[in-house]
Formats: sequence, structure tokens, C-alpha cells
Amino acid sequence: MNSKNSKARLLQGNEACMLGALYAGVEFFGGYPITPSTEIAEGMAREMPKRGGKFIQMEDEIASMASIIGASNAGCKSMTATSGPGFSLMQENLGYAYMTETPCVVINVQRGGPSTGLPTKVGQSDTMQARWGTHGDYTSITVAPSSVEGCFYETVRAFNLAERFLTPVIVLLDEVMAHMREMMVVPEEGEIEVFKRHRPDVPREWYRHFEITPSLVSPMASFGQGYRYNVSGLTHDQDGFPTAKPKEIVDKLNKLRRKIERYSDEIIKLRTEKMEDAHIAVFSYGIVARTAFQAVKMARERRIKVGAIQPLTIWPFPDEQLRDMLKNVRKVIVAELNMGQLVHEIRRVAPRHTEVIPLQRYDGNVMTPSEIFDKIREVVK
Amino acid sequence: MAASSKPKQDKQNTKKPQDNRYEVRLSGSGGQGLILAGVILAEAIGVGDGKNVVQTQSYGPEARGGASRADLVISDGEIYYPKSMKLDLLLALTQEACDTYYPDMKERGLLVVDSNMVTQIPTKNYYGFPFSRLAREEIGHVMVANVIAMGAIAELTGIVSMASIKEAVLSRAPKGTEEKNSRALELGAKVARAAKK
Amino acid sequence: MTANTLQSERIHHYLRPKKSFPNVWCAGCGNGIVMGALIRAIDHLGLDKDKVVVVSGIGCSSRMPVYLDFNTLHTTHGRALAFATGVKLAKPNLKVIVITGDGDALAIGGNHFIHACRRNIDITTILIDNKIYGMTGGQFAPTTPEGKIATTAPYGNYEKQFDPVQLAIGSGASYVARGTVYHVAPLERMIIGGIQKKGFALIDTISNCHTYYGRFNKEGDAVAMINDIRKQAVSVKAAATMSEDKLIGKFLTGVIHETDATEFCDEYQAMCERVLAKGGK
Repeated sequence: MNSKNSKARLLQGNEACMLGALYAGVEFFGGYPITPSTEIAEGMAREMPKRGGKFIQMEDEIASMASIIGASNAGCKSMTATSGPGFSLMQENLGYAYMTETPCVVINVQRGGPSTGLPTKVGQSDTMQARWGTHGDYTSITVAPSSVEGCFYETVRAFNLAERFLTPVIVLLDEVMAHMREMMVVPEEGEIEVFKRHRPDVPREWYRHFEITPSLVSPMASFGQGYRYNVSGLTHDQDGFPTAKPKEIVDKLNKLRRKIERYSDEIIKLRTEKMEDAHIAVFSYGIVARTAFQAVKMARERRIKVGAIQPLTIWPFPDEQLRDMLKNVRKVIVAELNMGQLVHEIRRVAPRHTEVIPLQRYDGNVMTPSEIFDKIREVVK
Repeated sequence: MAASSKPKQDKQNTKKPQDNRYEVRLSGSGGQGLILAGVILAEAIGVGDGKNVVQTQSYGPEARGGASRADLVISDGEIYYPKSMKLDLLLALTQEACDTYYPDMKERGLLVVDSNMVTQIPTKNYYGFPFSRLAREEIGHVMVANVIAMGAIAELTGIVSMASIKEAVLSRAPKGTEEKNSRALELGAKVARAAKK
Repeated sequence: MTANTLQSERIHHYLRPKKSFPNVWCAGCGNGIVMGALIRAIDHLGLDKDKVVVVSGIGCSSRMPVYLDFNTLHTTHGRALAFATGVKLAKPNLKVIVITGDGDALAIGGNHFIHACRRNIDITTILIDNKIYGMTGGQFAPTTPEGKIATTAPYGNYEKQFDPVQLAIGSGASYVARGTVYHVAPLERMIIGGIQKKGFALIDTISNCHTYYGRFNKEGDAVAMINDIRKQAVSVKAAATMSEDKLIGKFLTGVIHETDATEFCDEYQAMCERVLAKGGK
């Protein structure tokens, strides 16, 4: 017998997300059932009562998003999980969370769209919605794993980013990853960092809930803590009161953008495979990255100098990192399960000598390695 | 029964590909317990034998009736593409599943069918066992046909050690059914062993 | 009578004078009267300001939290109760009060309203009911009576009217009252009753929008409208002795419905304790 892997467990992607959230110390889950994310809510309904956490099934996704923002302002690490149609409904209050700098985590298990679309099939058509889904200007943080283990770690990371930068963080999954099972070792407590929200300890009179500090992220008080601040979705000053003063408006919007831009090096995470000498690159995220790695392996066996780039952080988009990685790349294939979303970002950042080649599939199935491999062979000529 | 713990690659009629990737599909109709069998097999291979494994399955309307399936990709190395590309092993418990999924097989892949249910077999290179009849007549419970099939697969391919599959089956078996499940697994191995000779 | 003689200095204890005044409301608006009643009710109950959370949605009435020196959450249109549900379940020791309007609570927020009632979550909701959308300039609301003029009902409203009191009762709220901006002392008592009630409390508060509703429908200025409210209001007690004809054109005031039902957060806590007692099964 091979070595028995006693610590490893066979877990589903959705389960790993749930365990990651619990590891990160989630205290409040508000959600609404939707395929293919439901296992996360079901797991939370089981686990939260045992751990002193709160679970609530709200009347819809609008309310789910609202409830987690309420809970977060009351001091709880909060999250919800949904899929395309529910993600659409959440956009209203997601905007509120960006505006009010309320930390929370939203897991979106992508399926085919638009509308009800393909509830049980895979897709990546919410890529741009995760960036620009709600109205107004803001900067989003969106992470996207590609394995069951990744579901765990990226969920923990999402909480850490949310609590650190006081903003919603979106975790983009897809139907295949959510339901596939893989082996993973759940880390022991303390093995990976869990960020605790910074709380103010200044006298009440000194506290400004939306203060623009030099670091752009400031301690956040909770309701009941004694600071009695105002939170509003209206554009507000540093005390949270609605403002119409041009300078205060601009300061607020700049803060929303800059607090993420400034720390983008810390936020951005990429994985590369065989890029050292690659003339051709395959750019893809999530489940498609797995296909791409397979295709790269196939192509390398035929001595084609191809590599793969997988962003684990999609937003903010890794502009600088990609410019550097694509320096020696003649052609970059952008493989997506949609009609072309990230391909436009690659076109924006790719050096002039790098040809951008889209490869898309949107029939509800995962792209196969041979599809990418065939494309590689086609463009290598 | 002695656990056949050593993978018997040399005896298989399908050679593992160079990258050590081995793809399995368990198929039949919804309600035959194939998705559960897939999870159990994956657990046995992953937890018990310590190999890498990814398990995916049909989901949604197709999982309720029609041709239902659970896929496994097994490897000693990192598994990139998590779905099956060309099957090394197909278990088909219904004619429909056999018809639907046979084209997904490798040329020299191994087909295992329920010989009572699958009567039109597209190849000569196959093993047939009356899993449902054995479950009903020998074990006294038609629901353990999937367990008998797992016993047969373990014996025929060595993709999982007998000890691991037994442990995984028993850890999932409802209380009071352990003995039946254990017998079903052994029966599967026994009929497979006989067929190989 | 409760403390409606609260000294103005004492009122200031509950206001945020520096930033947020003068307020956005029209002179003569009933919102200020309701705000005064709420402050006196809280003062009467001696609530710790740090433990009070006031949540609102969007609309004229929903601007109220900005002026109040509590933990305040001014949210999106119609969603106040959904946010408030999150706050309350997260920290059940906080007193959660929702200020909403008829459009906010009953049109865009109708779903959240009935489900908050159904859960019987311990939230006190003051619905300032002025029969029109004020903030957006006088469009008809789910509470606008048939035949009345609004900017989006220029030929008279032909839709049926919601009765928030019946809606709340039917949805499971455990304390349902109707007050008016004229009957200030009873309004205070109802707010006190609502806050004290363990469960969902609705105080439907009939108010005036003379700027739009009154002007469009020739119902006069604030004083005239509030006088009309006085004339139309009949207390539950008085109504019991009145004939049906005499009640035409009137509305009931007072505590219309009160029951003792289990409260949502308590039930959640009890469930957790049951689960833990069974060793997490």
C-alpha cells in the first residue's frame, strides 16, 4: 500500500470554501439558496450554531447582502454565497459595502448566463461583473482559486483582505470547482495567518469612521463599541455625514480607489507554469487554468515553448506583473468560459509586439486541453 | 480475504499512460448509487492509498434519472485537467450508459458492464458480471450492486487497494449494513478473480 | 403622560448638532415630530446611547438617523429591515430601531417588511406614513388613496391602497400600532411599547406631506393637514362604540394588535443551545 494520507480529506470545492471561511473566523452568514452554491449555505447552517456563529436564510439575495453588511458593522466577520442571478441582485448592496467600506466576503459560484441561463453548468461570465457590477466608481478585490485546496486558501485570503482593506472581497468559483472533490489537508489552527480587524482605541471625540489616514486604511469601530458613528451610502465626509462639497467627494472616491491600488502588490497573486523560456503564453483563471496547464504539458512534450499564467487575483488586474511576464512573449492565448472578458484587459496591458489571441467557450462545458493545445499548435506556425 | 494491496499494473490489459494519469467513469442510471460509489472510490484512493485523485460527477437534471456518472482522475503527480479526457476504465450498469459513454474510452481501455443489463456490447474487450442479480440473490439487497462493482474494479485494475476500498465503504455504510457491504465487496473481487483466470 | 416636556437641552443630548443641522425636511413636516417622540421615548426608557442602533432606508423619513447621536446606518432604498436584521442577529444585545417611509417599507421594501414581521425579530419599526414619495418629488405610493393626485398619477390614482397595519398583523408582527403626528403623547407611548416589546413592532405613523400631497390634492398647509389627521383619527377604544357609518373616512389609532410570540434571535439561541447540548448533532 502507498503511504496512507491520514491528514488529507476528500472535499468538495464548496465544502472547502466553507471550511476556509470557518478557519478565517466567519461569525455571520446570510444567504439565499441558489444552484450551484447551495452547499456552502447548507454547510454554514450546520456548522454556525455549533460555533457560536450566526446563520440566516434571508428572503432574497438583496436582503442577504444587506444582512451581512449590517452584521459586519456590528463587528462580525460576515459572508454570503451565491451564483450569477443572485450576484446580480447583490450588486445594489455590494455598492453600499464599497461606499461604506464594510468588510465582507461574497462567494460567487459562476454558472452560465445571462439571466437564469445554465443553472447546473459552468461559466466565467461574471468576470467583469465582479469588477464593474454595481453602479459608480470603485475598485474591487476579486480572487479566484482553481482547486479544492485553493477554495480553502483563497477564502481565508479573501477574509484577510476584506478585514485589512475594509472592503467587500469577491471569490469567483465555478460550478465544476464547486462540485468536484479533491484531496486536501486542512491546516491546523495558527498555521496560516488570520487577520483581525483593527479596532480604534482613541477617545470617542477623536474617532472619525471614514478618516483618510496616510495609510488609507484606518481602524474600524463596531456598533455598540461606544463610537456612535454614522454610516451612509450617500457620498460622505470623513465623519460619515452626507456631503456635496467637491473636495470631500473627490477625497472619498480617491480613497476607495487608492487604498487598493497602493497595496496591489500585496493583493495580486499569480501562478505561472513554464514561462521562463516561453514564446507563447496561455492566460486563464479558475477551472480553465487547469486545462491550460494540461495543454502546456502536452505542448511541451512536443517541444513547443509555451507557458501558462494564472491570476489568483483577478481584480485589481495584474497590469505591471503581466507587462513584465509578456515581455518576451510573441503570442498570448486568452482562454475563457465566456464571450471574451479578460481578453480586453490583456489587450490593454500586452506589449505592442505581443499578439492577443482569444479562445472562448460558452456552451456550459469546461474547455478541454485539446482545444487549447490545438490553438497553441495553430498559432505556433 | 487478503487485501490485494499492490497495484497490479503488469496484469492489467490497459497500460497506464506515461504521465501516470488514469481515468475512470462509473455510469448507469440515477439512483444506482454511482455518484456515492465515485466518492467512496476517490476517498479510498486519496485517503487510503495516498494518491492524487479528482472526482467529478454529472450534476443537475441529468443526475436525476437518465445516464448518471461519476468520474475519477487518478495520478501520482499533480492533476491539472480535472475532468476525464479519454477513459481508461468505464463501468456501465445500463445499456444507455454503455452506449453513451463507450465513445469516450481509450482504444485499449477496459469496459466493465452489468451483464444482465448491458446486452449489446460494442467490443470484445470487456468484463461482464451480473452485478444487480448478484446483489439481489447473493447479498439480498439490490442497492449493493455498486459495492460489488467496486470490488470487481479493485480486483481487475488494482487502482485501489482492497484494504482502502473496504475501509472507505465501511466508513460510509449505514449502521447495520456493514456486514452486507463487506460481503458485497468480497463477492465482487471473487467473481473478478475467477473471470481473470 | 410621558416626558414630552423634555427640556431642549436634554433633547440635544441625543442630537448631532455639529454636522448635520439644519435638517433637510420642509418646515412643518411631521418627520421632526416623530423624531422628537422617538428621542423622548428613548430618554424615558433610559437606553444606553451606545447600545441603540437606528437604521433607515431612503426617503425623507430615512434621513432621520443622521441627526441622531446613536449608532446609525442609513442604507439603500427599501432595505433597512434587511440590514437591521443583520445587525440584530449579529448582536442581539443592541436595541435596533428602523425609521422608514411608506414607499420605502411597503413598495421597494415590501418583501423585507413581511419577512421581518414573519420572523418576529426584535426590531422596532417606525413607518412614517405620508401617502406619497416626498424625496423624489411627489409620486404615488402603495399607501396613496384611490383618486388622489400625484406626479405619476396626474389623473388620479387608480391603484388600491396597502394597509401597513393589516399587512404587519397578517405577516406575524407581535406589536402593531398606529399613531399620528398630531397625537404626540400617544405616539411616544406606542414607541415605548414597541421598544419594550420582545418581537417585531410596527408603529405606523400617519404624517403630512403638505409640500406635495397637500398641494396636489388641495388639502392645505401643514397645520390644515395635521388638523385633518386629528379629525380622521379614531382610537381603538372609541371605535369600539361607534357605528360602521361613523367610521367611514376614519382610521384607527392605538395599539391595534399585540401578542406574545417567540422572538427570532431567542429562537436561534435556543436552537444553538439544543445543538450544543446534543454534542453538535
